[in-house]
Parts: sequence; structure tokens; C-alpha cells
Amino acid sequence: MNKHTGSDGFKPIRPGRGGKGKGRAFPKGRQLDPVADQEVTTLLDAHQPLQRDMLIEYLHLVQDKWGYLSAGHLAALANAMRLPMAEVYEVATFYHHFDVVKEGEVAPAEITIRVCDSLSCEMAGAQDIIKALGANAPDNVRVVHGPCMGLCDVAPAAAVGHNYVGNVSVEKLTIMARDKAVSPDMPAYQSFEDYKAEGGYKQLQALRGGSQTPEQVIDTLLEAGLKGLGGAGFPSGQKWKFVRAGSGPRYLCINGDEGEPGTFKDRHYLHTRPHQFLEGMLIAAWGVDASAAYIYMRDEYPAVVQLLKDEIGKLEAGGIVPAGYVHVRRGAGAYICGEESAMIESIEGKRGLPRHRPPYVAQVGLFGRPTLVHNIETVYWMPQILEEGPDWFASQGKDGHKGPRSYSVSGRLKNPGVVLAPAGATVNELIGMCGGMADGHTFKGYLPGGASGGILPASKGDVPLDFGGELAELGCFVGSHAIVVMSDKDSMRDAAVNLLKFFEDESCGQCTPCRVGCEKAVKLMQSGPWDEALLGELTTAMADASICGLGQAAPNPIRTVMTHFKEDVS
Amino acid sequence: MSGSTIKFTLDGREVEATDGETIWQVAKREGTTIPHLCWKDAPGYRADGNCRACMVEIEGERVLAASCVRAPSEGMVVNSQNERSSNARKMVIELLMADQPEREDAHDDQSSFLKWADAMDVDVSRFPRDTSPKPDISHPAMAVNLDACIHCNLCVRACREVQVNDVIGMAFRGPHEKVVFDFDDPMGASTCVACGECVQACPTGALMPATIVDEEGRGSRKADRQVDSICPYCGVGCQITYNIRKDEKTGQDHIAFVEGKGGPANENRLCVKGRFGFDYITSPERLTKPLIRKEGLPKGLNMDPADPLTHFREASWEEALDVAANGLKNIRDTKGPKALAGFGSAKCSNEEAYLFQKLVRVGFGSNNVDHCTRLCHASSVAALMETIGSGAVTAPFTAVRDSDVIVVIGANPTENHPVAATYFKQAAKRGAELIILDPRGTAMKRYASHMLQFKNGADVSLLNAMMNVIVEEGLYDEQYIQAHAEGFDKLKDHLADYSPEAMEAICGIAADEIRTVARKYAQANAAIIFWGMGVSQHTHGTDNARCLISLALMCGQTGRAGTGLHPLRGQNNVQGASDAGLIPMVFPDYSAVVDEKNLTKFEKLWDAKLDPEPGLTVVEIVHAIHDGAINGMYILGENPAMSDPDVNHARAALAKLDHLVVQDIFLTETAMFADVILPASAWPEKNGTVSNTNRQVQMGRKALEAPGEAREDWVITCDLANRLGLGWTYDSPADVFAEMKLAMPSLDNITWDRLITEDVVAYPCPAPDHPGEDIVFSDRFPTASGLGKMVPAKVLPPDETPDADYPFILSTGRQLEHWHTGAMTRRSFVLDAVNPEPVVQMNVADITKLGVKAGDRVRVTTRRGEVEIMVRQDDQVPVGAIFIPFAFVEAAANLLTNAALDPYGKIPEFKFCAAKVEPAGSEHKVAAE
Repeated sequence: MNKHTGSDGFKPIRPGRGGKGKGRAFPKGRQLDPVADQEVTTLLDAHQPLQRDMLIEYLHLVQDKWGYLSAGHLAALANAMRLPMAEVYEVATFYHHFDVVKEGEVAPAEITIRVCDSLSCEMAGAQDIIKALGANAPDNVRVVHGPCMGLCDVAPAAAVGHNYVGNVSVEKLTIMARDKAVSPDMPAYQSFEDYKAEGGYKQLQALRGGSQTPEQVIDTLLEAGLKGLGGAGFPSGQKWKFVRAGSGPRYLCINGDEGEPGTFKDRHYLHTRPHQFLEGMLIAAWGVDASAAYIYMRDEYPAVVQLLKDEIGKLEAGGIVPAGYVHVRRGAGAYICGEESAMIESIEGKRGLPRHRPPYVAQVGLFGRPTLVHNIETVYWMPQILEEGPDWFASQGKDGHKGPRSYSVSGRLKNPGVVLAPAGATVNELIGMCGGMADGHTFKGYLPGGASGGILPASKGDVPLDFGGELAELGCFVGSHAIVVMSDKDSMRDAAVNLLKFFEDESCGQCTPCRVGCEKAVKLMQSGPWDEALLGELTTAMADASICGLGQAAPNPIRTVMTHFKEDVS
Repeated sequence: MSGSTIKFTLDGREVEATDGETIWQVAKREGTTIPHLCWKDAPGYRADGNCRACMVEIEGERVLAASCVRAPSEGMVVNSQNERSSNARKMVIELLMADQPEREDAHDDQSSFLKWADAMDVDVSRFPRDTSPKPDISHPAMAVNLDACIHCNLCVRACREVQVNDVIGMAFRGPHEKVVFDFDDPMGASTCVACGECVQACPTGALMPATIVDEEGRGSRKADRQVDSICPYCGVGCQITYNIRKDEKTGQDHIAFVEGKGGPANENRLCVKGRFGFDYITSPERLTKPLIRKEGLPKGLNMDPADPLTHFREASWEEALDVAANGLKNIRDTKGPKALAGFGSAKCSNEEAYLFQKLVRVGFGSNNVDHCTRLCHASSVAALMETIGSGAVTAPFTAVRDSDVIVVIGANPTENHPVAATYFKQAAKRGAELIILDPRGTAMKRYASHMLQFKNGADVSLLNAMMNVIVEEGLYDEQYIQAHAEGFDKLKDHLADYSPEAMEAICGIAADEIRTVARKYAQANAAIIFWGMGVSQHTHGTDNARCLISLALMCGQTGRAGTGLHPLRGQNNVQGASDAGLIPMVFPDYSAVVDEKNLTKFEKLWDAKLDPEPGLTVVEIVHAIHDGAINGMYILGENPAMSDPDVNHARAALAKLDHLVVQDIFLTETAMFADVILPASAWPEKNGTVSNTNRQVQMGRKALEAPGEAREDWVITCDLANRLGLGWTYDSPADVFAEMKLAMPSLDNITWDRLITEDVVAYPCPAPDHPGEDIVFSDRFPTASGLGKMVPAKVLPPDETPDADYPFILSTGRQLEHWHTGAMTRRSFVLDAVNPEPVVQMNVADITKLGVKAGDRVRVTTRRGEVEIMVRQDDQVPVGAIFIPFAFVEAAANLLTNAALDPYGKIPEFKFCAAKVEPAGSEHKVAAE
């Protein structure tokens, strides 16, 4: 071998001052772990080709199989989806039902007990349960708090794994955890056959057969006065018009992220008559000639996710809907995904960050296409409106209000629950329908519209509860019609703090007024008498400058408590 | 741009907005800069509307609107200065201020956040403070202090949308939301490539260049003065701004930090070298005095590059120049002009390249002048000159904005042309199909629609098979061929034997995949081809390039927006140095020396008798030294003792020279062989123009004085020339440029003064007020016939194929952090810290088979030499192949490489030779010879 170095054995000296650093045995950053890679490949095998918008579903697969998301599995998932690691990580850490565990970190306990600490459950003693459970939890159990689980009528509520139950006690939860009762009981809902037997899907088939044009149905919906019952109250027929104005492909998204604290009406209908909802959904899909329908269902309703998958399977088998037309997507613990554009982002497999408007989702929605977004209950009424006619629906309101309303009523009542009452009903009427106040409680105040709608005193108990009107003049709104009734045993300051903590937890973090505003508000509200001037400035800026309804409405409890319950906060 | 306009009212005045303009942009145009934090008014940055510092009131709307994202509509009434909107904006600043570090501890006391806070009179916040995140100082280049982070997400957009390096994310939720690297890893442990775009974008100082933040985290972006220039590393030609400060103790100016500037090739973007790789100029190893070799010491790599005085003595400039010039003159006068040769540099300016070749041609009297283009794209240039009559690109890389299909073959732009890569990745994200053809998986693979990892060296078979499909399926552009090309019929016949099925086994790509990719390219509205040294550095490099050219011509994929042929040029000025004539066969502007017309022109221009015969190329010169035909050399800024193939052979040649003059800024491996070393200036220490891969001529400006007695290169070349009796009287680079314009029609309409005011003009430039042509040869090619020529290429094997004794294929090349032979980059703190040690990159399967593991040391041997080196597991390297970067003298890759040349381009086969890998320290197996 020719060895002309001309240096006669002199070992070349590297230039520069360095020399202390060690070279990399691998390329930069975290490397793929071959075992995790193989495991993820096997897990995803049935899902090929992988789709970007399915990221959250894949994360669920991993979380459900291993109980957490290890860094190794996340890296393998990123690699399989050809996504940046950061993109997978930011999605995984955004949703509270995912547990990311990095190298060297301890995996979460086998069983998670999530205790609801939203207002109705908090009033029913959630904090005591969390404390008592936490103090005595065995090693395989962890206890965390969670936001509203839609079980406010049976408060206090909690989840053991995926098993969401009401009327819990420390004893009950301990036994459930011991028995690993982590799967939900399926509700006894109306079957496909029974729904068909009572004439179900007739309206859908008629429309598909050309009985009416979409324009005619739009007129019917407008005449009926059907409005968006997720909380926005936008006329449903009008929405169809806007969506139809855009060119196809168009999509339908059903917002089943019933997260507004105090709301449980959608769960009620899904647990009892899911096919009426499904028929309504398919009517809406027909109405805008949707290329596909997506049902975004909150992760707190696992029984609903299961029953929908089962029943949609029957529709597919029965030829009512083509296979793969209806997609059921599972949320992962994020209240913000009830905001329609955040929900669309989540369906696309991203963090649930609300979008700027304009453009509206009717113009630029799912996958950038015109998208019709409806709440569960909104479409639930559609088959019946078509069957019975618009007047049947419209006439159920009182004093000029149109339609029936499904009020979720909870709090200090004898018989809380979903109350079907005329639009424009008052809280005093609803308390009556719920058997009156619970024993030993005197009506003091109420939330007219969940966490976001403000807090009113008993003296405002005769205000009609509907979109707009007198309620709006009081700086409140009815939203999803979640009514939480409070009594003389409750501190309005504590209630407001509870609600703001909820908003702080659930803020997506995107915009300053909401992200920082909620956090600062909680700190201010917890320390001594309220600095009303500063809170006033803050709440104005939050309401004026937040991107979405969460941040804009988050100050409502603060403002209304300062107006109506001064004595509780000074 | 539709150009439609609407009218609306802004702060009481009727104003107009064009399509796509936001309220913020209109307000700025009208003279009001609305506060902004998350909105960066710079190319590539999407408005995100998250900080809410730019809120305005729109009459009739319930809530305020973020002016940075909101487009005005006809008749809208907007108030940006009323109490409601300014209160909201101020509250946003106050909320953010609550969690900021104290003023005196600011990470950047010049931050735009603090400037806006001052402008809005927000000094302190009335809100309680939240807990602060801890600093992350894990990265040598950047300090991460997220206590100042306002979650504006500019760094996320910088990383993911502008540079598409995809490291930064915004993780968690609500007040826990956090900027993260990968999985919330320390920045230094992440996949971060340290482009620093995030640092440039950060409005608070949460992300800062580490050099301008002290140990307590206090920092400042202040600069005493700023100088605009061009990055000295690769051929992309990024415009930069040096931020210069005077050191309080020494009074010396230094570059405190560098930022990207809005040049056409980079739009403010930079890579790790261009942002963090400038401290080499202050290395204590800089040469500051002329040096003359001490008598009686052997020439070799036998000294410490930090200590030349073991083998050299300091001399005055007068003495050193005399010795340097007299040595050259003696050889010229006793052994004839052809006994001398010169290697110029593609790292210096156009003017310096021009003077260098003129010195060799006029002062030495031969055409023995070459430079590193020989080692990078000589074959590409040979093929381009032969077929389309021009060695430069037909379209800038930014043309990908208009492409549907982007083919990248034999190039690894994320490492070698990182800023160009950002445009490719952006185009792929926008929806263009990115087709990568490369034996090695590259970082761009993630964005590719098709990644064809064909067998090393099998380019021609793959490309012929693609062309076969296009011909067989009639996908070629008949009309274009009729009007613009010749040789198609012959090529068609030739291609008949190259069906995808026949080539499948040779190139290792399934016939179906070849067909798919061929169809995509041929049927695209606009397709463009980029190639690098994976194509050129082969004994069949010219054939590879010919195939690419034929492919483009037969599909009519050149001469239009989004189409073209683009060899990605390596050195910052390899295009300009080649244009200026640092090539043995041509005078400036590729005027063949054998053409009498050219000879006459240049003899007249230079008032000298010139050699009518082409000179020798880089590798040929080395051979000629061994043969005794060349005895003296002048080498400016080149490092053949590291960069030549079979470098033992090249080093022996350097040692054999009777007289070697080296002009450089460091004691390079080549300078160790010198008789005289002339200390030169680094790029930031002189004025001059450079031409990038896009044919954009740009102005480099002097920012600092050269250290000690070091002089600007053009001055040294002039001094030598005058000692050789040439009587040069250039006063400045501007003078030289003026003469170049007489020699080079390509510089028509480009003047020094234009470049001073405009920073950049592309050539060809049709008019004094025209920015220069982006896309060329739409009508005709600069060939005799005006047509592009298709030249068939046969499949030829590499010069040295693997066998039982040497079973691996060795390829060499570069890495992101290290430039060429490492002379500059290994002396940069950040670049060295990130990549301190040579490695051989190998697939895990081969590592396992070898019985070693990643991080172990192995011995790599070829028929020419051996190195001991650490193994890096890199599964992008195919099984059976290894890759070694050539920047590291401790394990110089070129000890191993094969000097076999492409017959046309005379470029060595750096991308293919046979090698053996064994655990380090194991017994040498005797090769069965």
C-alpha cells in the first residue's frame, strides 16, 4: 500500500480550538426505537394508508393499548405518518386524555379516576371526593380532576377509565377501581328496527326520492324557527343556504362535543333515540349535498361513540348510507373543540385552535371546503319537523319564542334532568318542573347558559330563557340551555372562581387575552377582595380582543357577579 | 394578483386596499404602524393574529379585529386609534409584561416587545406573575429563555413554514402552552439544524444568538454599525447583514451577530453557517504576517496549524513578495511558462478570480489555471456547454414556486444548500410533487412524493429508462422538440434498448416506479430539475448531465416559469470564478482559448501574447508535477492537500514542487507545503462581487479590517503581478470590475455602481434598469444552431467496483456544518461544537454485521489509503455503501478516493470507489493481489 503522507508518521493536527467535543454516533435528535417502531407499525397495519387527519384517532389507539403515549411510540408514529415530531407532540399534549411519557418518566397508574369538578359536581362535593380518593388511592390508581362530563343531573360524577358514572361516592369509585370496571355500560336505546317501525328514515328516503328540493326544506326549517342548539342560535335553514352557496365538495360536521358545563341534553337524546339523530344528520347531509359526514363526539361519551359506530354499521348494512360515508371521530378531552372551527381543526387531526373569521366555516371549513356544522339536537328535530310540519315545532314556544327547548337543569334541585319546555321558559318555571329546590336550599342565583352565560340572581328568575332578548340585555346568554341553580349555601365568588378555573384549564392558549387573561383573572379573584377596576379593564379586553367565544365569554361570570352579587366579592 | 381594489374608511379617511392586503398593511402604507408582535412584516411569514396587539375596531362588529389578518371590505369603517381598540392593545401588552423578566434582566433590551411597550407607555404590569420556565442553554448557538416567551408562535412559523425544518412546536394548552423542540427536548438534543430563523423572528429575546447573551441571560441586539454583504459559504448566495460592535476593552470591531437580509435567493433566511459561522475570522490561528519556509525542513503535514513558526519564519511583505515572485519567475524563465500553474479560488470575489487567471495567463504565460469547479460541477458544465451552449443554470432555484414537479437528483440540499432546500420543501408543502432520485435517503425524503433510492452510480440507466418511457408512451413534447432541439431521432433509437424492465436490475428501481416518475415529469405543467455532485462526481458525470438535459429538452421542461435545468453550484462564487475564467480551456465568459477570435480579443484587451493551447486541469496538474513537467505553483485559497482525490498522491506532488506560493488566511494543509505564505483577507474584510448559483451577481462589502499585516487578496495578486513585470495599476475592485465588463458580455448592463445601490443584478441583463433575467433560453439556446442538442449516453460502470476485498461503495461529500476542507468551519466555535469529529455514516445492518456499534471506531481502507474513524449509524445510507465527509484532516476522506476522471469534465469520481471496513485495531487482512 502506497503511504505518501509526506509526514513520516506525524499525526495530522486538526485545525481550530476545538477537539473536546465528541462526534455524533447518530444523526441529530431522537432516534427511532426499532421495537416501538415495530409495535406501532403492527398497531396501524389495519389503518393503511395512514391519513394526516386521523392523527388523533391513532393517538387513541396507542393510548388505549398501552395506557399512555411513550416517546418511542410517538416518534414511531411521527415517522410512520411522515410528520415532524413536534407536530405529533403538540397535538398529543394539547388533549387532556393523552398521557405523554418521555424516556425516564414514570408511566401513569393503570387506572385513572377522573372526578368532575365543574360547578354542579363541585356543589355536590367533588373536592372532598378528590381529596379522600387521592389520600387512599392504591398504587395502580391515580386521581385527577376533570371538566364537565355531562352527568350534572346525577352529580357528583366521575370516570373510572372510560366508565363515566354519576352519583359517585368515594366507596363506589374505590370498588369500581378495584374491580377494574373501566368500560362503560351501554344505555338501553331505541333500536334501528324500532325506529324504522315507527316510520324512521321515511323522511330521509322521501327527500332522496325527490319529494322536496333542499330549498323547500330550507324554507320549512326557517318557518319552524329551528336554530343552532349547540349555543349559537343561528337559524339552521340560513346555514344550509350559506353552505350551498359554495362549490363542492362540501362536508357536514356534527358537533357532538357537548362540553359546556351543565349541558347534557345531547347525551340524553343519543342515549335514548340515536336513530332520530342519525336520520336528521343524513337529512342535513342531503341538504348540502355533503361528500361525507363527520360526527365529532366528545371522549367523555364513550358509550355514545360505541353505539354510533354500531348503529351506523346497521345503516350501512341496510343500504341507508354508503360504507365509509359517516365518520365518527373521537375527541380527546378539550372543551374548546366544541367551538366549531376548533372542532374542524381537531377532525383534521390538529390541535383544537379556533380559526379567525372571516372566512366562516360555511365557506372555508373542513379540509378547506364549505362545511355545514350542526349540533346533535339541532338535527335531531329535523325528521320530526318534516314529519309534523313547521308549525308543530314553532308553536311549542311561548310568548313569541319559537319551538321547544331541551333545558339541561342541574344544581340545588329536587329532580334535576333534561326538561323539554317551551322556548322562553323562565328559571322559576324550570325549578318548578324539577320538583322545586332541594330540601334546605333557598334559590339564590343561576347560570342561564352554562359556564359562559353569566350568573343571575334569583331576582331575575322570570327572565325568558332564549337567544337574545332580555337575557342579552343583562349581559348574559342562554347558549346550550344549561341551567345551573344555586342556593343560599353557595358562594357566588367560589362559583365564579370555579368557572374561571375551568376556562383557564380549557383555553386553547392561542390568543393573549384568553390565555393570559384567564390565568391572571383566577389569581386576582382568589386573592382577597376583588380589584374591580382592574378586573373590569381585563374583562373588557378579554371580551373585545379574544379570538373566539371562549375568551370573549369567559369574563361573563366575573362581570355578572360584580354586578349582581357585590357582597360576595368585596 | 388580481389587482382589484376596494375603498374603505380608516381612521376617518377613505383609503384603498388591493386584493389580499390586510388592514395592517394598508394602515402602514398610509403612515400608521399599528402595534404588532406575532405579525412579522417579512416574506414567508403568514399572519397568525394570535397576540392581539394589533386590534382595531370595525364599526358594526361586536368584537375587535386583528388588523394583521383581517382584509378590509368595501365600505368598511375601521378605527385604529380610538379608545376601545387602543385600550385592548395596551391591556394585551400589560398582560404579557406581567410574566416578562425584569427590564434590567432583559434577554434582548432591543426587543420589539419592549419597544412596543415603551411606545404604549406600559412600564410595569398590575397583574400577578406566573411561574417562569427555566433557561435552556443546551445549544452552542442559541440561548433559549422562555420566561420571555409571549407565545406569538413566530418561531414555530419560522421553523415549520419558512425554513421547514420542522423542529419547533407549540405544545400543551392554555397557560401551560409552551414552545418545544421535538418532544420538549433541550434544543441542543433535538433535531434542530440551527438555522437560527427562530432567533431572527423572536420579538422578545426568548430566543437569542448565544454570543450576545451573558451568563445571567442578559442580552442585547444592539449594533454599533451594520454592513450588508453576502454569505461566504455555499452557492446559494444569501444576503446578510453583519451587526458589528466595538469591543469595549480592546477597541476592536467584531461581528457580534449576523442576520439574514432580503436578497432574492434567501429572503432573510440563513443556515447555521451563514448565521453562526463567522468567528473563524477572529481565530487565533489567522495568518497575520508573511511567512517564508525555514531551510532544510521536509515538506508535509508535519506541523500544528496553530503554530507555523516551527517550519516558517516571519518576513516583511517586501521580502515575501520578492521571494514568491522570483521563485515563479525563475521557473518560468528557466523551464518555460508551462512549468508553472495556478489554482485560484471560488471563495474569493469575481474581481480576484479575474485577476488570478489574468496573472497566470499573462504573467506565467500558459493556461494552467483551474480551481475547485473541476472537483464539483466540471462535468455538468461540460455537458451544458456541449448541449445548450451555456454552463449556468437556466432558472433560479426560486422558480420552484411555479413548479408542479420538482426533481432533485444526486443532491442533498438540506446539508449543502440549506436555504435552497427551504424553497423545495415549501413547494412540496404547497402541493408540488417532489421527486428525489438518490442512492442515499435525504432529509427531504419526508416531503417527497417519490423517493427513488437507486443503486450508486446507476444514474444513466435510470434516466435512460425514464426517457424510454417518455418516448415509448409518446409523452415527449413534439412541438418543443421541433422548435428547440436537435438529435432527438438518434436519441430515440438509442433509448430503445433501455426499457424500465431492462434497467430495473441495473438501477434497482422497479419498472413501474420508473414509469410513474417519468410520466409525472413529462406530463407536468411545469417541471424543473436540480442536481448536485451525486450526478457530477462520476467518471460518467458528463453522461449523467447529458441525460438530464435530454430529459428536459424532450419534455419541453425548460425556458418557462417553473421549469429548467439547475446544477446546484457549490462554492459561494464557483459560478463567478468560472465565468471570470478560472478554467484552463477558456478565457472569461467561457471563450475557448483554442478559438482564434477569442485569442485575438484577449491578446488585445490584455496587451499580451497568450497561450493558444488549453491548460491542465486540477488533477492533471498534480500528475504533471509528479512527471516533473510542473515545478512551481501559486495557490490562492484552495486546499488540494485535502480536496484532491487520492490525496496522498496530491500531497506528494505538492511536496515535490520547487516553489509553492500559497495565499490564504490559515495555515491550511496545502500551506504546510508552501515555500512562501502570503496572509490574506477573509471575506468580511474586503469588497467584491460574487455570483451565485442563480446567476445573481451580488455585492460583498468590507465590514472589518484584516488582522495584523494580512492584505486583501486582489492587492496581493497585483503585487505579485507587478513583480512579474505586468505593470498593473488597479486601484480598487471597482477598477477590476470595469475591465471585466470589457472582457465579459455577460456583465452587460451590470455596473459596480448598480451593485452598490441595488445589491444584486442577475445576468443576462437586458437593460440598465432591469433586475436581470430569471429564466433564460425561452426562444433559443446560445448554440450555433440556436437549438439544444440531445446527446445519447451509454451505461458505463464506475471506475472501481466493489469486490471481495473491498466490498463497500464509498461516497464522499459534505455535511451541513462543515464547508469544503474545514479550513473555515472547523475554526468556528458553533460549527465545531455541533460537529466536532469525523464519522463514517453506515447503515445499521452493516454496522451489526461488522460486529461493532454506533460510536465505535473502524478502519476504512481502499486501494489508496486508510483512515480510522468513528461510526455514525445512519440508516439513510443504503446497505453496502458508506459515506465519509471530506472536511476532517484526522481522517481525510480523500486519502481513500479514486482519482479516475470523467473524460469530458475531468472531474474525479468522488462518489464511488471500493472500500473495506473493519473494526479499528483489528489485524490488517492482506489483500489478495
